[in-house]
Amino acid sequence: MDSKPVIKIEGLTKIFSGKTNEVKALENVNLTINRGDIFGIIGMSGAGKSTLVRCINYLEKPTGGRVVVDGVDLAGLNEKELRKVRQSMGMIFQQFNLLMQRTTIENITFPLEISGIDKKDALKRAEELLELVDLADKAEAYPSQLSGGQKQRIAIARALATNPKVLLCDEATSALDPNTTKSILSLLKDINSRLGITIVIITHEMSVVEQICSHVAIIDKSGIAEQGKVSEVFSHPKTHAAQRLVFPNGNKNERDIGSRCCRIVFDGSSSYEPVVARMILDCGAPVNIMFADMRDIDGKAFGQMVIQLPEDQLTSEKIINYLKERNLAVEEVFDHVG
Amino acid sequence: MWDSSTWIMISKGLLETVYMTLLSTFAAYVIGLPLGVLLVTSENSGILPIPKLNKVLNVIVNLLRSIPFLILLIAVMPVTRTLIGTTIGSTATVVPLVIAAAPFIARLVESSLQEVDKGVIEAAVSMGCSPFQIIRKVMLPESVPSLITGAAIATTTILGYSAMAGIVGGGGLGDIAIRYGYYRYQNDIMFITVALLVIVVQVAQEAGTGIARKRDKRKQS
Repeated sequence: MDSKPVIKIEGLTKIFSGKTNEVKALENVNLTINRGDIFGIIGMSGAGKSTLVRCINYLEKPTGGRVVVDGVDLAGLNEKELRKVRQSMGMIFQQFNLLMQRTTIENITFPLEISGIDKKDALKRAEELLELVDLADKAEAYPSQLSGGQKQRIAIARALATNPKVLLCDEATSALDPNTTKSILSLLKDINSRLGITIVIITHEMSVVEQICSHVAIIDKSGIAEQGKVSEVFSHPKTHAAQRLVFPNGNKNERDIGSRCCRIVFDGSSSYEPVVARMILDCGAPVNIMFADMRDIDGKAFGQMVIQLPEDQLTSEKIINYLKERNLAVEEVFDHVG
Repeated sequence: MWDSSTWIMISKGLLETVYMTLLSTFAAYVIGLPLGVLLVTSENSGILPIPKLNKVLNVIVNLLRSIPFLILLIAVMPVTRTLIGTTIGSTATVVPLVIAAAPFIARLVESSLQEVDKGVIEAAVSMGCSPFQIIRKVMLPESVPSLITGAAIATTTILGYSAMAGIVGGGGLGDIAIRYGYYRYQNDIMFITVALLVIVVQVAQEAGTGIARKRDKRKQS
């Protein structure tokens, strides 16, 4: 894949002006999205990410700055030319936004109708796309007869109908359960690698970016806090906003905790007894819980937990002995990866 | 007095009523449907915002809607005479009926179109639809069930209005009810005509609701 920028955003600013006040949704946003990328834009709600994606196809007109798609500055286009550009970009939404009074195949042929493609060719194309999204048997169904995941597949097929260069996804998986999310994401990844379509994904979920994105931009307080390859940004988040996303539960950089780990197995001891808490109090040393998977069955605790022991040898021994005294199975583990 | 001529008169009245109602409803939709579409699209948040036009249209619609039909019936007589050549009979009644019903229909259409999901319209824009395509291919088809329900309401309302036109010799069942039942105290004829009106309203309403339900693809499983 060559890395020519397909979307270039320079100094983008969007201000919504109401009657009495002005809201700055975006301020001086700079982004470069290359051909073939799966580009994630992640941020908390209200950060301005939905506005940003709508500026890419000019559903929202920016107040300042430039949006250049495939070398064309969108600001210089009239409505008619803009509609042509929009036909070269597909978009999918959180709420799917299918036409409820049309069958799925009619939904997929809709954008082809709009661009004036022959009915027969449109039907043929729609059938191919139904095959691609694995719903060939649902051609004559209405959206109300489909599940959320199926609806989103149809929406994807519809967005791909006009052979777009770019697919914009606005919180496309936020209304779906984890399993369906996974299958939609793998479909998107498949489309990206098979058809070479650039995908822009707006989300508030880290897992979405982790699963399929090659690049990521973190949007915070109307601006881009950080951007780059997912592997770099996520392993070494530099800004506060990025750190808050990557380590939502606080930074784990406390240096006084060593790297020795041990696994505690609970096989039916009383769950009424706060073992770990009491152990910390009795031994006077903090431990870091790396992993825990416990279940309370009839007042008895089952499961296991991995804790990181303090650097200090003596305290560590004390902790292990404490646990053994309470009839818990304790074993040391090395190089635990959470 | 229940000879064949009475029955002929009543069946002629029924035909006139149906004729007036259907013609008026059709003509009122020719004006009211585009007007309703304009009311929605010219709104500030609409797909083709023209706030000034929107304001003017709203005032006109409200103005016409606030005039009682009986007053309108008499007030537009000069217009009727110019257009039809007479103010008596069922064809003449169509004129005030259309003037009264068109703004009412515009409001019905407006509320039907407003039910269309904003997200679906946004999706259409994102696919490169022109405003005209959005109206023709998204807003109207998506609100068909609601538009049909509205049409049933409009038809039955116009039917009621048409009976009122009997006061000024408007023809139809209402005319017969007023002339025989009110002026001549022939309660039996009045009863028959009212019963017929009730049946016509029932049929129109049921048919509308039925078709709307059948056409709605949102709630089928």
